Amino acid sequence: MPETKEEELTNVICTFCGSVCDDVLFDVEKYKGKKFCKLGSAKFSKKERIKAPMIDGKEVSYEEAIEKAVEILLNAKRPLLYGWASTVNEAIRLGVILTEKVGGVYDQCASVCHAPGTLALIEEGVPGGSLGEVKNRADVVIFWGSNPMEAHPRHPVRYSVRAKGLLIKDRKDRKVVVVDVRKTKSANMADLFIQIKPGYDYPIISALRALVKGEEDAVPDEVGGVSKQQLKELAELMKNAKYGALLYGLGVTQSRGRDRNVENAIKLIQLLNRHTRWIIWPMRGHYNVVGAGDVPAWEVGYTYAIDFSRGYPRFSPGEFAANEVLQRGDCDAALIIASDPVAHFPKASVAHLKKIPVIQIDPFPNMTTLISKVVIPSAMAGLEAEGTAYRMDGIPFRVKKIIDTEYWSDEKILELMLEKVNEKLGLR
Amino acid sequence: MIEVEIISGRTLDQGATVEEKLTDEYFKAVNYCELSEDDFNALGLAEGDKVKIKTEFGEVVVFAVKNKDLQKGMAFIPMGPYANMIIDPSTDGTGMPQFKGIKGVVEKTDEKVLTVKELVEVI
Repeated sequence: MPETKEEELTNVICTFCGSVCDDVLFDVEKYKGKKFCKLGSAKFSKKERIKAPMIDGKEVSYEEAIEKAVEILLNAKRPLLYGWASTVNEAIRLGVILTEKVGGVYDQCASVCHAPGTLALIEEGVPGGSLGEVKNRADVVIFWGSNPMEAHPRHPVRYSVRAKGLLIKDRKDRKVVVVDVRKTKSANMADLFIQIKPGYDYPIISALRALVKGEEDAVPDEVGGVSKQQLKELAELMKNAKYGALLYGLGVTQSRGRDRNVENAIKLIQLLNRHTRWIIWPMRGHYNVVGAGDVPAWEVGYTYAIDFSRGYPRFSPGEFAANEVLQRGDCDAALIIASDPVAHFPKASVAHLKKIPVIQIDPFPNMTTLISKVVIPSAMAGLEAEGTAYRMDGIPFRVKKIIDTEYWSDEKILELMLEKVNEKLGLR
Repeated sequence: MIEVEIISGRTLDQGATVEEKLTDEYFKAVNYCELSEDDFNALGLAEGDKVKIKTEFGEVVVFAVKNKDLQKGMAFIPMGPYANMIIDPSTDGTGMPQFKGIKGVVEKTDEKVLTVKELVEVI
């Protein structure tokens, strides 16, 4: 079959990773994407779907499944409503209101991803910038514990490595550094790769702070597997940048130190801003994980780990993050939307999830489907449903609906759920 | 038996199959552990052999893969259900389990690598 010409394809916005590529194309007739990376191609390809709404494995109507879900949520003392990172802001907003109404806990995928960075941000603020600035201005880019070649494959081309912009005209104009515990695929594209010992991010950042401050004597000959000489060179490179960007990943937030690593890195960036311009930014994973935090922030003041059981929002990650709630056995039902905690949570958390009634809303069957009492299939945002998503740097994009489907959107499912809850609570 | 520090994380294949978790492609994308050449040879492993990884928090059987770029003493498992059998669930009050940097031991085994569905059952 001949290739369809680009002008005959539909421009779509990718709903896989936090890069939210807005230059990708889709061939509706062939059901095939163009210009996507491997991750986006997989997302925008035909695959197994959850066929119909189900209760205990038996097919039912959307209305019946929603009725049952509402009954479970209202009968629970403290349900957990978790996920949200792969859906649109309109659905997330309804989810926050629903959690408040049923007196539950709202938590989202960042709590196993970049939430430690949020804790650091609360302490320190964040000297940030958009991906457009990185593309146009950044002459030094450091990927710290992040592996864009596998997690955000088009990020280097569009924004951070080979991207050409206003002041960065060529790859040679930009110095790229990768700091990691492993020699990743991203390390191969870097001008400089610095291999560190696992769990030593914090002391290495402290050493860099000392060097940038001019307190060389405070730094020993080697820190976390990196020689003082190499640290000095890195500190100099950072000080001499015209516009630097430190883009960190889960290597920083998921290892020893977690939020404190990010806090220390922000302090380093604050210090560098006395010499030149530097920003620090997380490489966010899911396409709308920013929305999963920002929407509750503008609704109730917090981004994750929010408990409504007292009728007002309380934030406490050590108590109300999904993994804490589950490991304590402190929720008696769960609604999981646009996420798969059975695959991505430690087994101690999954063990409790298996004991309680679970409602799942998702376009695709996954490991959480296997343990769910009520399964509600949904339309895939970006292809079958529209809405707003925030790119990793907070820039909003309107993702499109270009294919008609029998599946309900997350928004429509949650709308009816909320209506039923209000009805049963006598609120309307 | 050798001691390792275990790291879990995203790979391109894991990401490309993450919305098809009940398929063979996903199973293949997440059911292995990369070891350094030295450790791989020290355990007397050949491609296709299996290893049992044990930590304070659990154990799991996965396929062993040699990665010449990996440092001795380090083990990498793609993020997902196999890695999550052995990572540290405690969050130290942050809400975030420790998915990276867990101490464990690796040994050669003839035991079966469980399917994704079987894994859910044994938890």
